[in-house]
Amino acid sequence: MHIPDGFINGSTSLGAAVAAAGGIGAGLRQAGKRLADRHIPLAGLAAAFIFAAQMINFPVAVGTSGHLIGGGLAAVLLGPWLASVVMAVVVGVQALIFADGGVSALGLNIINMAIIAPWSAWLIYKGLRAFLPRTRRAAAVAAGIAAGISVEIAALGFVAEYAIGGTGGAPVSTVLIAMGGVHALIGIGEGLITGVIVATVLAARPDIVVGASDLLDTSGAQPRRIGRFVLAGVGAALVVAAFLSPFANSNPDGLERVAEDKGFIDTAQTSPIDGQSPFAGYGFGGDGAIATAVAGVLGVAVTFGIAYGVIRLSKRVKTPR
Amino acid sequence: MSGFHTHALYRHEHSVLHDLPSQVKIVALVLFVGAVVATPRETFWAFGVDGALLIGAMLLARIPLGFVARRLVFEIPFVLFAVLMPFIGTGERTPVLGVLLSVAGLWGAWTILVKGTLGLGASVLMAATTEVPDILEGLERLRLPKLITAIAGFMVRYIDVITGELRRMRVAMTARGYDPSWIGQAGPIATSAGSLFVRSYERGERVHRAMLSRGYTGAMPVFERATTSKRQWIVGMGVPAFAWLSTIVAWVIR
Amino acid sequence: MSTPALEVRELTYSYPDGRRALYGADFHIHPGERVALLGANGAGKTTLVLHLNGILRPSAGTVRVAGLEVNDDNLREIRRRVGLVFQDPDDQLFMPTVRRDVAFGPANFGVQGEDLDRRVREALDAVGMGDAIDRAPHHLSLGERRRVAVATVLAMEPEILVLDEPSSNLDPAGRRELARMLDTLDITTLLVTHDLSYARALCRRVMIMNRGTIVADGPTEEVLADHRLLTENRL
Repeated sequence: MHIPDGFINGSTSLGAAVAAAGGIGAGLRQAGKRLADRHIPLAGLAAAFIFAAQMINFPVAVGTSGHLIGGGLAAVLLGPWLASVVMAVVVGVQALIFADGGVSALGLNIINMAIIAPWSAWLIYKGLRAFLPRTRRAAAVAAGIAAGISVEIAALGFVAEYAIGGTGGAPVSTVLIAMGGVHALIGIGEGLITGVIVATVLAARPDIVVGASDLLDTSGAQPRRIGRFVLAGVGAALVVAAFLSPFANSNPDGLERVAEDKGFIDTAQTSPIDGQSPFAGYGFGGDGAIATAVAGVLGVAVTFGIAYGVIRLSKRVKTPR
Repeated sequence: MSGFHTHALYRHEHSVLHDLPSQVKIVALVLFVGAVVATPRETFWAFGVDGALLIGAMLLARIPLGFVARRLVFEIPFVLFAVLMPFIGTGERTPVLGVLLSVAGLWGAWTILVKGTLGLGASVLMAATTEVPDILEGLERLRLPKLITAIAGFMVRYIDVITGELRRMRVAMTARGYDPSWIGQAGPIATSAGSLFVRSYERGERVHRAMLSRGYTGAMPVFERATTSKRQWIVGMGVPAFAWLSTIVAWVIR
Repeated sequence: MSTPALEVRELTYSYPDGRRALYGADFHIHPGERVALLGANGAGKTTLVLHLNGILRPSAGTVRVAGLEVNDDNLREIRRRVGLVFQDPDDQLFMPTVRRDVAFGPANFGVQGEDLDRRVREALDAVGMGDAIDRAPHHLSLGERRRVAVATVLAMEPEILVLDEPSSNLDPAGRRELARMLDTLDITTLLVTHDLSYARALCRRVMIMNRGTIVADGPTEEVLADHRLLTENRL
C-alpha cells in the first residue's frame, strides 16, 4: 500500500506530512521513555524483520496476491509506540533507499502504515484480550483478528485521503469499494499469518512479546467481567463498520444519479477547482459512502478506546490483593 | 500500490552527483518532487521542463536511462490504476478513438502517470548515486531524531541477513512440496516467520552484547564528518531550483 | 611474578532457571601467552567467556584483567582491556560500514579525529583488511568478516584477545588465512574452541573445560596426546 507521487494532491500530502511528523514525534517520546538502550538494536532488527515479512505474499483472488503490511504484528510484538516508530522507519527506508512509495506521499504512507495500522490493531487487540481467556492461544487469536481488521482500517485511511485530495477522477465510492474490498481479503490473510506468527513467538520466547507481557505473570488473575457484554457488542459493531459499511451504504450510484438528474454533478464537474482543491472529493455525490464508513470506523475506534479506558479504570477500582 | 523491492539501487560511477554530499541530494530530491507535485496538471510544458531537468541530471550522473526505465516498469499497480481512470471516472465523457472516456478520469490518469513517474525517477536517481550508509549519514546530518537514524542503521545492516534467511526458509519449504498458491499453506511460512522473528530478536540481544563489549553505554558515538561547502549546496540545488521556477511560472500564467 | 593478563578464580554461575553452568572455574593467563580453551558444546565455554568482560556476573568467584577486578565500577575499563570476538561476526559488525564498526570501540572511549582514523587503519592493516575500510559488512565473505571482527576489538588496544570459535564454518583457505593472521598478532590470546587442530597450530598451552570447570591445563602436545582425556571430555 505504498502510495506513489501524484496520487494525492500537494496540500493534502503536506498536511499529512505534518500530521505524520507529529504522530511519530509522539511515538519517539513515548518509546524513548519506555526503551532501555538495549532496545535500539532490537528495534532495528524488528524493522528488518518487518521489511522481510512484507515479502510474504498470499493469494487473495484469482491472479492477485496480497502482501503483509505488518503494522498489527509490530504493535502486538513491540507495543504501539515503538511499533509506530519502527513502521515509520520501514516506510521511510523503503521510500529513500528502495524508491518504494513517493517521497511526497511519505506522510500519507506513514499515517496509514505506521500510525493507523499499528494503533487500530493495538486497540482492537487490547479490547479483545479484555474479555477473552488469558491464555497464549487467545492472545494469538486476538492478535490475528486485530491485525486483519487493522489492514481494512488502514485501507479506509487511504480512501479518506483520496476523498480529501485524490487526483484520480474516479468516484470515491468506486475507490472505496475497490480498496475496501481487496483489503478485506488481504486482511484475512494478514490476520491468519499474524496470528500464527504471534503464536509461534509466544511458544518460544513469551517474554519478548510486549502485548502479552501480562501472560508472564502466573499469579492467576481473574477474568474481568465488567464490560464483557459491552465489548462483545462493540466487537461486533467494529466488524460491521469496518467490513460491511462500505457495501451496506445506500447505493452510491443512486446518489450520483440523483445528483446528475438535478444537474448538481455537472456544476461540480466544471468547477475550476476540480481535482485541485483539497476538498474536491466533497463536491461529488459519492461522499455519502465515505462519510459513513469513516464515521463508522472512527466511532467504533472511539468506542473501543472508551471500552479500554473503562476496563483499565475498573481495574483500579477493584480491591488490590 | 507497491511493487516490492529489496535491491539497493546504487550504481558506482564517478560523477558530479555521486560526489555531492548525501544530505544535499536528499534535500534536492524532496524539493524537486515538491515542485512536480505542486505543478498544475494542465501545464504540460512545466512537466516537460521537469522531465528535461531529470534526464539531464541522469546523464550527468552517468546513470543509463534504461536502468531507470526498467525500475519504472515495476510500478504496475499504480500504472494500472491510472489506466483504469478514464474508464471508471465520473461525469462528462468525451470520445477518444471511438470510446467514451471520462474527462476527469483522463486528467486523473495524466496526473498520476506524469507526477508518479517523475517522482519515482527522481527517487531512483538519488538512490542510484548515493550509497546506503551515506543516505543514512545524510539523514543524521539533516538532524533527524537520533532514535530514528539509529534504528534505521541497524535495520539497513540486517535487511540482507534476514531476507536471506527468509529466502532460504522458502527454498527449503519448496523443496518439501510447499505450494504458496493456496492460502491454507500460509501456515508453514507463518510458523517459519515466527521462528525468524525469535531468531532476529535473539540476534538483537547478541548485537547489544557486542556493543556493550566495545564500550557502549547508551549513546551511539558521534563520528566527525567533513563539512559541506556552500558551493556543493549551490550545485545540488540547481535542478530543484529550476523545477520550482517552472512550477511558479506555471501557477502565475495559467 | 608479573600480573597475569587474565585471572579467573572459583568462577561459579547459574542460569536464571537454576541450572548450574560454571562450577568454580580456575585459571590464569600470563602476558604474551596464547592459550586454547577446549571444550565440547555445552561445556560452558561461552558462558565463561561472557564473564570475562562483565556481561554475565558470577554468583561466586572473581575475574581480574591485568590486575583490575571485574565489578560494576570498572566495567568501562574492563571492556577496553578485554577484546571479545564473538562467534558470529554478523553480531559484531552492526554498523553500515567497516570503518564505522572498527571506529565504534575507540570512539566510545573518547578517541576522535586523526587518532581515531589512525587506530582504524592500523587495526584493519593488522588483520589484512585495509582495503575493505569503506565497504558494507554484508558484502564481505565470512572469513573477511571474521577478520574485520578481530579488527573491531584490536582498535581498542586491549590487554587480551578472546576469540569464541573463530574457525567455525570457515573453508580450509579461510581457516589458514585466519590462523596466519592470528599468528602475526602480538597480543595475549585466549582461543575458545572445540577445533583441536586449530588449537594445536596456534597455541602452546591448552586447557580443557567440561561441566563448568577446568579439568586439564598443560602444554598442547601433552594434553592432546592423552586420548583418554580427550574422549572423556567429548573432544
